[in-house]
Amino acid sequence: MNAVTATPESTPTLSDDERAVLEGERGPAPQLAMRIVVRMARILGARELVPVASAHIDGCLYHGDGGVEFAERLVALGGKVGVPTTLNVGALDLLNPRRVRSAGHRREMAFRQMRAYEALGCRPTWTCAPYQAGHRPERGQDVAWGESNAVVFANSVLGARTNRYGDFMDICCALAGRAPRTGLHLEENRRATVVVDTGAVNPALKERDVFYPVLGTWLGATVDERVAVVTGLPGTATEDQLKAMGAASASSGAVGLFHVEGVSPEAPDLATALGGRAPEAVLTPGAHELRRVRDALSTTGTAQLDAVALGSPHFSRDEFSLLEALLPREPFRIPFYVCTGRAEYQRLETSGRLGRFEAAGVEIVADTCVVVAPILPARGSVLMTNSGKFAHYTPATTGYDVVYGSLEDCVRSAATGRVTRDEGLWS
Amino acid sequence: MPVHAGEGKGRLLVLERPLSFWGGVDPETGRVSDPRHPQYGEPLGGRILVMERAIGSSSSSAIMLELLRNDVAPAAIVLGSTDAILVLGVLVAEELGYASIPLIDVGRDGFKRIRDGSGGRGHVRAGAREALLRVAMS
Repeated sequence: MNAVTATPESTPTLSDDERAVLEGERGPAPQLAMRIVVRMARILGARELVPVASAHIDGCLYHGDGGVEFAERLVALGGKVGVPTTLNVGALDLLNPRRVRSAGHRREMAFRQMRAYEALGCRPTWTCAPYQAGHRPERGQDVAWGESNAVVFANSVLGARTNRYGDFMDICCALAGRAPRTGLHLEENRRATVVVDTGAVNPALKERDVFYPVLGTWLGATVDERVAVVTGLPGTATEDQLKAMGAASASSGAVGLFHVEGVSPEAPDLATALGGRAPEAVLTPGAHELRRVRDALSTTGTAQLDAVALGSPHFSRDEFSLLEALLPREPFRIPFYVCTGRAEYQRLETSGRLGRFEAAGVEIVADTCVVVAPILPARGSVLMTNSGKFAHYTPATTGYDVVYGSLEDCVRSAATGRVTRDEGLWS
Repeated sequence: MPVHAGEGKGRLLVLERPLSFWGGVDPETGRVSDPRHPQYGEPLGGRILVMERAIGSSSSSAIMLELLRNDVAPAAIVLGSTDAILVLGVLVAEELGYASIPLIDVGRDGFKRIRDGSGGRGHVRAGAREALLRVAMS
């Protein structure tokens, strides 16, 4: 069998400035970065490049020595990012080096990778929630962000414009200051084509945090890359609820953008979100279906529990306040991890609240998280979380089984060491 | 159509389901490492990897780079739809002077024809404008 396929060669039109970078007039690092951006633009069929206002880098997490070599090559070539750039998590907790159980070559290379990205001029934020650490692009601004939850938040909640830029492409865009003008940078691709009507869901459930990761998981698995507009959510839906929903949707599917009618910036009403056109599909997830998705977020029905982990995406100031109000008088009986960015950690420290969490047995993980670095107890086997994203990735990355519950469920369960969940709203 | 130019020969490995390289392929051995994937344990090294589409994390480009660095990458990748993540790993590998491989997009129908064929050895040749896939029964 033979198959021959052909395509007309498409080359993006470059400005004089972009051509100068490509020809090396601004130095070898921007040239290398621009070469990759232009080659990717050609592969993606982009007709031109778009200037980006900022970048968020996911590529600083260690996956192997090639990634370190690439970052160090850019440093050796004198690379400096051309736009404000924040860093996602690394594979180490730099504030508390003993937190992560890695040693030898892996540890050294993970450290070198983190340092190389700092040397490129990126801000050492080390968080997957940069939007809650002072990096908030404006509505309509083109940016180049990596990390799936940050991408969906930037697009959906802030109304900024980014595609899902992963390892290598994120730093190349930051060094070149450009991205291929394609995908979600283009107005016409941001229009919702699917309506998700939550009218059949118990209104009391929609007020609760525990609902949002479940809706997000359903959304990702159902709409995948299509842009949905969700209707029927309360106007009081919080930023943290949308953050949890987006993170879950980008774990179960390739969601880069969703709209929430009456809540998110590009969806003041349904017609606007749809761009004045009829939707290709209207979906109405029912109570039974969402209950099934919620159940599937857990991989075990056991009551025995070894650890609790919160903070994927990284815990915010408001989330720490919610947790603080629930802290028990007696310390937790099992390890209780909360992952957060160093900015939030330092805020707790300066405000004198850190002690309250520590007294309750809360172990705060900064700069990294429990699914990308060996942190969970080596001998445990069941983890409980309120995060849809942790629930999705924990089994494959840690070997733990996982139980999904609300923040209150997690606190109650950690106090007794046995899984307790409030089933009321799901029936 | 060509996604990335080059030439590669090897035994076909047709994936029955899409695969995320991150979390789904061991960067050191080049074997499918997701126990839920039907081709769990299969080595990708030296094969003509045929897959409907790549899915999952954008860190898959980093795994692609490691496969090339560790000399356990497929000889070529034949996709049912163009993927921007895997090819990025190949572009970075070229910048670092590692080996390179071709990627071609044969479309969904092309993928089905190969999937339903009888396997054997494949030969991929991709230029700037044209891509050729030749499959010979072994």
